[in-house]
Amino acid sequence: MKILVCISNVPDTTSKINFVDQNKTFDMQGVTYIINPNDEFGLTRAIWLKQKDGATVTVASVGDASCEAILRKCLAIGADSAIRIDAKPQDGFYVATQLAAYAQKEAFDLIITGRESIDYNGGMVGGMLAKFLEMPYLANCIHLEKEGDTIHLQREIDGGKEILEGSLPLIIGAQKGLVEEKDLIIPNMRGIMQARQKPLDVILPIESNPFSLINSYEKPPAKGPVKLVDANNIDQLIDLLQNEANAL
Amino acid sequence: MSVLVYIETHEGEIKKSSLEVASYGRAIADAKKNSLIAVCFGVKDASLLGQYGVDKVYAIPTENDIHFNAERYSNTLVQIATNDSVDLIVVSGSANGRFLGPIAAVKFEATYFSNVVGLPLSYKPIEVKRSCFTNKAFSHSISKKDKVLISLSSNSFGIHENISEITQIDGNYLASTSNLKVMSIDKSLDKVSIADADIVVSGGRGLKGPENWHLIEDLATVLGAATACSKPVSDMGWRPHSEHVGQTGKPVASNLYIAIGVSGAIQHLAGINSSKVKVVINTDPEAPFFKAADYGIVGDAFEVVPELTSKLKALKEN
Ligand SMILES: Cc1cc2nc3c(=O)[nH]c(=O)nc-3n(C[C@H](O)[C@H](O)[C@H](O)COP(=O)(O)OP(=O)(O)OC[C@H]3O[C@@H](n4cnc5c(N)ncnc54)[C@H](O)[C@@H]3O)c2cc1C
Ligand SMILES: Nc1ncnc2c1ncn2[C@@H]1O[C@H](COP(=O)(O)O)[C@@H](O)[C@H]1O
Repeated sequence: MKILVCISNVPDTTSKINFVDQNKTFDMQGVTYIINPNDEFGLTRAIWLKQKDGATVTVASVGDASCEAILRKCLAIGADSAIRIDAKPQDGFYVATQLAAYAQKEAFDLIITGRESIDYNGGMVGGMLAKFLEMPYLANCIHLEKEGDTIHLQREIDGGKEILEGSLPLIIGAQKGLVEEKDLIIPNMRGIMQARQKPLDVILPIESNPFSLINSYEKPPAKGPVKLVDANNIDQLIDLLQNEANAL
Repeated sequence: MSVLVYIETHEGEIKKSSLEVASYGRAIADAKKNSLIAVCFGVKDASLLGQYGVDKVYAIPTENDIHFNAERYSNTLVQIATNDSVDLIVVSGSANGRFLGPIAAVKFEATYFSNVVGLPLSYKPIEVKRSCFTNKAFSHSISKKDKVLISLSSNSFGIHENISEITQIDGNYLASTSNLKVMSIDKSLDKVSIADADIVVSGGRGLKGPENWHLIEDLATVLGAATACSKPVSDMGWRPHSEHVGQTGKPVASNLYIAIGVSGAIQHLAGINSSKVKVVINTDPEAPFFKAADYGIVGDAFEVVPELTSKLKALKEN
C-alpha cells in the first residue's frame, strides 16, 4: 500500500496573530511553525497502517524551504520519504492543483489530508484533490481500518457519526478520533538520526494560477471588560442574560 | 445571473441552518436583482422555503438513498446551476455543507470560500469577509473567477422571513462513481448538536471528574442547550471527543456559551470566539476566560451551577 500524507506548515496554536504592511501580510516574526494538528493525526494513522498492513508513507508539502523542518519531523516520526513542492501556497485551489500533479504520477492507494489547516481554515484541499484525481473522498474522517479489501470508515456529522465502507484508492480528511492525542508519536533520538538519511526531495511546481487572493486582514474588535456578578446573586445573572444580552 | 442555495434536510425536514442560507441567498439575489433557486434532496415539504425568499425550488427525489451523498448531491447541484445560469452557490457551514463545498466548487469551476461571515463586500469582483486563523482574524478575500461557491458560517447572518411566490420542480438525481457506502448512522438522538445549538454549556477540568457532569447536563437540559468540553476533558476520556471544542476541536458559533471550570486557554478561546454572548463561572478571578467573557461569576461551580439550574427551571415553568 502506498500512502501520501499532505502536510501543512502552520503557526503554533499559542501564536499571537498579527499583520504588517497595512494589514496585507501575516507577521511571521517570532512565530513557531508546527505540523498542522489534523495532519499529525493523519500521519500517525498512516504509520499504524504501515506497522499493521505494510505500507510506504510519503509526506508532501507545498511551500518554501522554511517548511523542511516539519517535513524532517514527519520523517523522524516514521514517514519513509518527503517531497517539497517548491512554491508559495497561494490558495487552496493552487495547493490542490500542485499536489494532484505530483500524486497523479505516483498512484497512491490512500491519500490523507487534514480536515482543515488551522491557519486559513479552508477545509478544501482534500475535497479538491479528490475531484482532480477522480478518487472518492471522505471528509471529517474519525475511523479507518483495513480488513482485506474493505476499508471501514466513520465520518463525524453534526450530532453523531456515519458508519461507512469503501475500498482503495481513497482520500480522507483526517481529524482527532482517527487516532487520539495520546497516540501521537514523539520522535526519539533514533528516529531523528534516521530522518537525516531519508530522502527529502524538492520538486518544481507546475504552471497554475490561484482562484483567489487575500486583499487584507482585520482583527476582531477589542472586547469590553467582563461584567462580574456576585456568586450570591444568581438572579442578577439571569436578568442580565434575559434583558441585556437577549440570550435566553 | 441567479443565486442557488443548497438546502439541507434531516429525515425529510428542512434544517434550521438552511433557512439562514436561504435568507442569505435572498439578500444576495436582491443585491444582484436576480432570482433565488433552491435545491433540496429527499424533502417532504419544500413550500416552507417560500417564507424565506426562494423563487424556485428543485425537490430532488432520492428514492432509496436516504443518506447524504456528497458526490451525487454535488453533481446534481452543479448541473442545475449550469442549466439555470447560476454564478453564485451558497451552502451552510455544517459538516455536510463543508464536505460538499470544495467538491462542487471544482466541478463548477468556481472559487470556493468557506467560513464566510456576512454578505459579499463587493460583487465585481466578488469579495468576501471570512474568518481565518481559527477566529483570531478575518481576511478580505477576492475571487479571480466570476463563479463563486460560498460556505456560510453558522449564525453569522440570521434567519429573515421574506414571503415569495415559489414554484416547485422535481429534478433528476444524478449518479456518481464513488464506491463509498453509508452502512448506518449513529446519532445521539435526544441531544442537541453543538453545530445546531443556540446555547452551549461547556465544562472543563474544574469539574474534577466525569461523575460530576450531571451539573453540565442538567443546566443544558433546562436551556435546551448542547454540551461541550475542553480538550483535556476529552483526552482523559471524561467526555466523548465529539464534545471537544477549540482550535483543534469543534468551532462554536452559538448565541450563548457558558463555560464552567474552563480556564480559557488561547486554544480554547480560539474555537469559541465567534459565539455572541460568553459567560464564565470559575473559582479563580485570574482565569484568562474572564478577559474573553461578557458576564462572569467568580465562584465554585458545585454551588453556583445547581442554583442557576434550579432558578432557570423555575423561570421556565412559570
Ligand atoms: C496544540 C494544542 C492544541 C490545543 N487545542 C485545544 C482545544 O482545541 N481546546 C481546548 O479546550 N484546549 C486546547 N488545548 C489545551 C489548552 O492549552 C488548555 O490546556 C485547556 O484548554 C485547559 O482545559 P481546562 O480549562 O478544562 O483545564 P484547566 O486549565 O486545568 O482549568 C480548569 C479551570 O477550572 C477552574 N476551577 C477549578 N475548580 C473549580 C470549581 N470548583 N468551580 C469552578 N471552577 C473551578 C480553575 O480555576 C481553572 O481555571 C490545546 C493545547 C495545545 C498545546
Ligand atoms: N501547503 C500545503 N502543502 C501540503 N498540504 C497542504 C497544504 N495546505 C493544506 N494542505 C493539506 O490540506 C488540508 C486542508 O487544508 P485547507 O484546505 O487549507 O484547510 C491540510 O490539513 C493538509 O493536509
